[in-house]
Amino acid sequence: MNALAIRNKFPQYFKKITRHGVVTISVAFFFLVLFAVSLVKLEFSVLRLFNGFTGLLDVVRLMFPPSADSWSTFYTYLKAMGETVAIAFLGTLLAAIIALPLSVLAARNTTINRIVHFLARRSFDTIRGVDILIWALIWINVVGLGPFAGLLAIVCADIGSFGKLFSEAIEAADRKPVDGIASTGGNSLHQIRFAIIPQVLPVFLSQVLYYFESNTRSATIIGIVGAGGIGLILSEQIRILEFQNVSFIILMILLVVSVIDWLCSKIRFSIIGKNLH
Amino acid sequence: MTTPLFLANNPLLGAYQLATQQRRWQLVMGVVMVVLLSLLAAWGAEVDLFKFYENIGNFTSYIGRIFYLDSGLAAIRDPFEWFWGLDKWLWLLLETLMMAYVGTVLGALGAVLLCFMASKNMTRSAYLVFVTRRFMEFSRTVPEIVFALIFVFAFGLGPVAGVLAIAIHTMGALGKLFAEVVENVDMKPVQGVIATGGNWLEKIRFAVIPQVLSNFASYSLLRFEINVRGAAVLGFVGAGGIGETLISAIRKFYYSDVSALLILIILTVMIIDGLTEKLRHSLIGTEVYK
Repeated sequence: MNALAIRNKFPQYFKKITRHGVVTISVAFFFLVLFAVSLVKLEFSVLRLFNGFTGLLDVVRLMFPPSADSWSTFYTYLKAMGETVAIAFLGTLLAAIIALPLSVLAARNTTINRIVHFLARRSFDTIRGVDILIWALIWINVVGLGPFAGLLAIVCADIGSFGKLFSEAIEAADRKPVDGIASTGGNSLHQIRFAIIPQVLPVFLSQVLYYFESNTRSATIIGIVGAGGIGLILSEQIRILEFQNVSFIILMILLVVSVIDWLCSKIRFSIIGKNLH
Repeated sequence: MTTPLFLANNPLLGAYQLATQQRRWQLVMGVVMVVLLSLLAAWGAEVDLFKFYENIGNFTSYIGRIFYLDSGLAAIRDPFEWFWGLDKWLWLLLETLMMAYVGTVLGALGAVLLCFMASKNMTRSAYLVFVTRRFMEFSRTVPEIVFALIFVFAFGLGPVAGVLAIAIHTMGALGKLFAEVVENVDMKPVQGVIATGGNWLEKIRFAVIPQVLSNFASYSLLRFEINVRGAAVLGFVGAGGIGETLISAIRKFYYSDVSALLILIILTVMIIDGLTEKLRHSLIGTEVYK
């Protein structure tokens, strides 16, 4: 069969212009124009990029070798890093404890009624809509500068995320054990305790561990607005252009985050096995 | 608890009790450890329950206060006064969205370029795969606001620094997801292209891209959602968008402005979430029915 015969046999694949093609091209064109307009509006220019990248190269050159100046500054950094991990750990734990009962209200199969369900869902969405840095700023107004404000910010932001994730896990739970408890005369609290909790607890634990890791990352930045931890020191060092210390702190953050990542996945596997993650 | 006679000499019962005892013991040990760690962490994070108790009223009163105008009128009763800067704020929101959009596009492009080099089934050299992966890991582990701080120094104040910070972070995050998608493609089309004499680029263009495109688009949209939230706070360090106005409103105690800005941001985030979710479902939908 030669090319012409194939062309005659399947004309639909050889049409020059198809409707699908027109739609694809016009959508792509629209997004391209949007991209170009945005670049102009955001004040991108070749000169600016050129100057910026040469400046950035200087910065990177200044970052080597990473150093902490002296042992005493190193201890300061270490203490701030410990503070960061402490904020992340306690924040995640408290948020999970607070979110647990609230998520029961936000799950369709365990909630009291539709109004409570709706309200709980919307409040979680609202809480999640506010970024962790904004929470940190608000809590600084309440308890003052320092790690405690950061801790409360993480608790607040995570209640929203945990509430949503936990309630979704509850909704995905198998209905049969619930029916079993109901058939033996258990009330709705019994059903939650003996039929739902055993099913969802491993999922919760794995999510909490995952968030502990991601909160360590968040806890490194809330210091930038003054809420304690390594972020405060990092932003100071950037502002006074001590780039060797900056790269040292960044390396420290990378190391700690990867250690915690490794630890969390170890614990996760030992709790729930490799198939669930 | 007295054991019934017929179970008294049952070896199974003993084993059962031993097993449950062991699990209980483990649970207790786990709880004790978590409590100890919490106490240690509470000490490290300078938790001060007394200060918290004393000031918790400030939090509720702060939340209440931001819904009142300077004149003492409830903000809801004079929406024009409440949203006095709406024109300016909407423009800043648009700028924020554009930052997220441009940052996501640039980051996704970078991720597409990198992901093939980070996939074991596309790249022979284990060394290249390793280096690419570590590079992507670095760019997603360093928070974007840290990149923004450094870029503000290099590129000057303004959205350019923010866009680049979003782009580099997005590149790392999407690169990892894209590489996972590429590693899971069906290799038969790839072998088909190789059999007809296709080179590396043709292999990717004709065998891999058609399989992964909808997944790439779906992940990019999800990332766009995240980046809108991220872009809203990059202004805190002077990297453009609405964050700069928000942080000055919070720091200078312009109470009603804080609530107005927060409402605008939350609404924008919700609308974007809804839109991208629809788009993603339609993308995944076409995937399933294809």
